[in-house]
Parts: sequence; structure tokens; C-alpha cells
Amino acid sequence: MTNGVSVELTDLTRVYGPVKALDGLTLHIEPGELVALLGPSGCGKTTALRILAGLDEATSGSVSVGGQDLTKVPANKRDMGMVFQAYSLFPHLTVVDNVAFGLKMRGKDKGDRLSRADEMLELVGLTAHRNKYASELSGGQQQRVALARALAIQPRVLLLDEPLSALDAKVRVQLRDEIRRVQLEVGTTTLFVTHDQEEALAVADRVGVMSQGKLEQLAAPAELYANPATPFVAEFVGLNNKVPAEVSGGQAKLLGSSVPALPGSISSGAGLAMVRPESVTVTADPSGTASVTSVAFLGPISRVFCTLADGTVVGAQMASSAARVFSPGDPVTVGVEPTGVLVVEAGG
Amino acid sequence: MNRTSLGGKLLRGVLWVAFGLFFLFPLYAMADFSTRNLLKGGRTLQAWKNLVQDDALYQAIVISLLLAVFTVVLMLVILVPTMIWVRLRAPWAKGVIEFLCLLPLTIPALVIVVGLRNVYLWVAYFLGESALTLTFVYVVLVLPFAYRALDGALSAIDLKTLSEAARSLGAGWFATIARVVVPNIWSGILSAAFISIAVVLGEYTIASLSGFQTLQVQIVLIGKADGPTSVAASLAVLVFGFVLLLVLALLTRGRRRTGAIDAAVPAPTTATQSGVPT
Repeated sequence: MTNGVSVELTDLTRVYGPVKALDGLTLHIEPGELVALLGPSGCGKTTALRILAGLDEATSGSVSVGGQDLTKVPANKRDMGMVFQAYSLFPHLTVVDNVAFGLKMRGKDKGDRLSRADEMLELVGLTAHRNKYASELSGGQQQRVALARALAIQPRVLLLDEPLSALDAKVRVQLRDEIRRVQLEVGTTTLFVTHDQEEALAVADRVGVMSQGKLEQLAAPAELYANPATPFVAEFVGLNNKVPAEVSGGQAKLLGSSVPALPGSISSGAGLAMVRPESVTVTADPSGTASVTSVAFLGPISRVFCTLADGTVVGAQMASSAARVFSPGDPVTVGVEPTGVLVVEAGG
Repeated sequence: MNRTSLGGKLLRGVLWVAFGLFFLFPLYAMADFSTRNLLKGGRTLQAWKNLVQDDALYQAIVISLLLAVFTVVLMLVILVPTMIWVRLRAPWAKGVIEFLCLLPLTIPALVIVVGLRNVYLWVAYFLGESALTLTFVYVVLVLPFAYRALDGALSAIDLKTLSEAARSLGAGWFATIARVVVPNIWSGILSAAFISIAVVLGEYTIASLSGFQTLQVQIVLIGKADGPTSVAASLAVLVFGFVLLLVLALLTRGRRRTGAIDAAVPAPTTATQSGVPT
């Protein structure tokens, strides 16, 4: 089911004194799509969301939702539901009154308000808590109520501003999955802002990676992971090894293998290849020129760190059962799987 | 029960009694004096009856109560939206507003009266020679106390997030303040209001030097001729103040309990509350 509308951010710029928080951001979101904006602190992702919500004003550029220009429309007239990073339930209202608040502002009668609020609470599984106050709920429950409250008004766009960052790891994963389930169920166009790459890759239809106010790459999670367009994306999304490589004829030679160089790589010469730990292979070899530095156990997987003959440290990710055979100091041969790699200039 | 806790309880009991006597004895003395018949001996309630039978005193009580009400209303109308606006839209102005609000504490009443004389010529020209025009100067006088009470209440809530949540749900600025902010700073508003009432009912210098007959001015005047009535009026004002504080404590008790529950719930660890958004 798709209830969503398209969203168009065009050439958005936002300047705070000497700081350029957004630098010509252009983003198109399809109806019903969930797009995650991912990036480090200060990259402009929250600024973009706040401008879309009407809580901040762009220095230049335009915001359009469903073909309607909303650039100068105030926040309370935009029909957008928002879940904030900080707990935002109104402390003086019960859960059900919180969820019904937006409907009250729209002049709905009490019966309709309560019925819709109960419907939303059922959607997020909190019907039993309808008469409690925010202070009586856990952090995860508060954010679920905030989600129900944002959806109760049947918003044209749902905005999620790092809604999970205040929660502990287990609740974060549960709520992340729940947000995706609910979003798919109601079909609302959604913009999700996060600095957690795992969160973004897990829930989004497309992920936009931002750096210094600019959109570096916007792509489906698998595409973004496999084919990063820029060194920043390669580095920010997933762990990366930087391994010396030689590029010629679209092929990169590294770790004794020749693999395709991804678009965006240097055209020829020496550079650094961005290699994912899962693409690195380690083989026990008494005559190997590399040696195991350390083994990090991470549950089902382990990371084996090796030092190459030239001193470069490379991390390989493998099943813990496979990593058991390695101990620090063991001589090994390090290789790379024949997937594409991005090769950047050695100074980059 | 060990000796330490018994000793602690004893000490607490002794302190309770000592402080109780310290505060209650003057009140008892006032009550005793105000019910004495100084001419014939024995007891009389004439001084208390004078509070409503003496026309000048009765008028002064009404004027003082009206001044208290008008001062509280005007103070809240000016201060609450201003403080909310400063916190949300102009945090750079917070220091200036705080300085201006606290300034009256540092200026003697006599200086205020002299300074306001010219201003009050205009006030009298437009509004007449009513004692109720003291409302304006009283609003200035209560600013330091009201500011502190409201500032504490506003600091206790995440004003930015709550108001942005309300606006994103369709509330305009007035609805945001009336339906979301005010209910969550209610205890601060009550504190500011009650402290302001206490200040207004206790103010003498400005009213006296400005020539207006407020309750305190009347108490001093009556005290020159009729001691018991003057003391009865003073005691009534004191008891009224105590009752106000008691009501304040009762009204905010429930909210303090809620606050205690709030404190037990883990707060966001990485909440963005201010500064340039990411």
C-alpha cells in the first residue's frame, strides 16, 4: 500500500554564520519510499530534515512535497509527522492524549480522535499503556508512542530524526525493525536521519550518504555497499582497509591478485585500494610474507588483523570457526576476492 | 533502633520546636495584642472587625488585592511569552533579559520612585490618579523573583523539542504555548504568581512616597492611632501569605512526584538540544 507523496529538495543551502551546514543539497524521494540520510555529525543531515519539516529555513533552495512548493509554509501547516531524537512526549498528557494531540489541533471530534489514537497504539503494540504518562514508560516505549503520534495525523511525509540513538542496542534493533514494518504497512514517504550505517542499510529503500553539507551518493543499500562512488562513502559505509594497489586498464593489482577497479577510481598508476574486510582472504602459510597481528572475536564472526611485508595492517573478516586456527605471529598469505574495489590516490 | 537514629530524631524534634516557637511566637503575640481591649481590659474582636468596618482600611485592602491580581496578570503576560521566545528564538538575548529582570533588586525603592516620577506624570495624565497605576512599577519590582521561578521551570523541560513536536503536529505558536508549554511549567507560574502577590502585599515605600493608600500604607497610618487594628491587619496579611505558600506547596506536590518518576527514567544520551544541527 502506498499513501505517500513525492518529496523534492532542490539546491538547498543553509548557512549558520561561517558554517555552511547544507551546500546545494538536491534530493528526490519517491512516493512511499523510505530514504535514509547517513553521515557523521555536522554533515547537514539533520538540517536537511528540519528544513523539510519547516523547523528551520533554508538560506536558498526549495522544498516541494507532492508537487506543492512548501518552502515558505510554516511547520504547523506542512502535515508532516516527526519523531525526534530526544524524548518528545508531552509530559502532562497521557499516552492516548499524546497520540490524539495532532488530531485535536486539526479540530477532530473526541470520538474520532480517541478511535484513531487507539488504532495507532495498536499498530505499535502499546494499547495496554494508553492511560499512562510518559514518565511511566521506557525509552523504547516513548519512541513508539512518538511514532504512533506522528502517524496518527496521517502525515504526507514521516520524518525520523535519529529516533533510536537514545536507546540501548537491543531495543534499537527491535524498534528499527518495527519502524520499517509500520512504514511499509502505512506506506508513508519517509525520511530517516541517522549516523548509524547499520540502521540506515537495514531499513531504507535508498541511502544517501552526506558529507560537509553535500550528498556524496544516493543508492540502494546493496549498491552503496558494493559500489561506493567516492572514497568518503567507501570509508564511511562499512570498515575498510587501505591497501597499496596499481591501476591499469580498469584493473587493480593488489595483494597478488588483479580485480576490477570501480568507477570513480584513478585511471592509472599507484594508489590505495579500499578493500572490505570480508573481501580479504587469509591463508595459513609457513612461507607467507605476512603475519597475524591479532584476532578479535565478535561472536559469530571474527576479525583477523595481519601485517604485510611493507608494514601495512589489513583486517580480514571471517567466521569465528575459521579464525580459530590463527594466532598472533603466525605466518600467513593475504589475498583479496575478485570483487571490484575503489582505488583512490595515495594522498586521498 | 540504634542510638544514632534516636539522637537524630531527638535533635530533629528539638529543632522543630525551636524553629516553631521562633516563627509562631511573634504571630501569637500579634494575635494576643490584636484581641486585647486596651481601655477596659479583657478581650475584644473590635480590631478585626475594623478590617471590614473601617472604610479607608477596607478600601486599602481591596486596592492591594487588585494590585496583586493586576501585577500577577501583567507580569505573566509579559514575562512568560518573552522567556519562551528568548529560549527558542533568541538565546543570545538570555543574558540581557536576565540582567534586566534582576536589575530592580539592585535599585533602592527610593531611587525607583524618584526615577519614575516623570514617567508617572504621563501615566497619571492618561490613566488618572488611581492607586492601581502602581501595577506598572510593581511589575518591575516582582521581575527578579518571577524571572527566577519561571527560569527554573523552563530549564526543567526540553522546551525546544516539546514546542517543535507540537508545531509539527499542527499547533500554532499560541496553541503550543497554551497547550504544551504552560501546563508543563505550571508549578513555576504558580511560584512566580504567589511570590509576586507576597511582594505586592508587602510593599510600602513606593506606595507611600507616591501618595497612594495601599494596605501597608494604611497599616502604618492606623498604627499611629489604633495599635490593635494595625497589628490585626498585619497578621491578616501574614496569614494570607502563609496560606498562599501552603496552597503553592499543595498544588505543586503532585508535579514534584511526577518529576521524581521522570528522574528515574534514563534520559537520552545523545540528545541534540542546542547549537547548530548536524
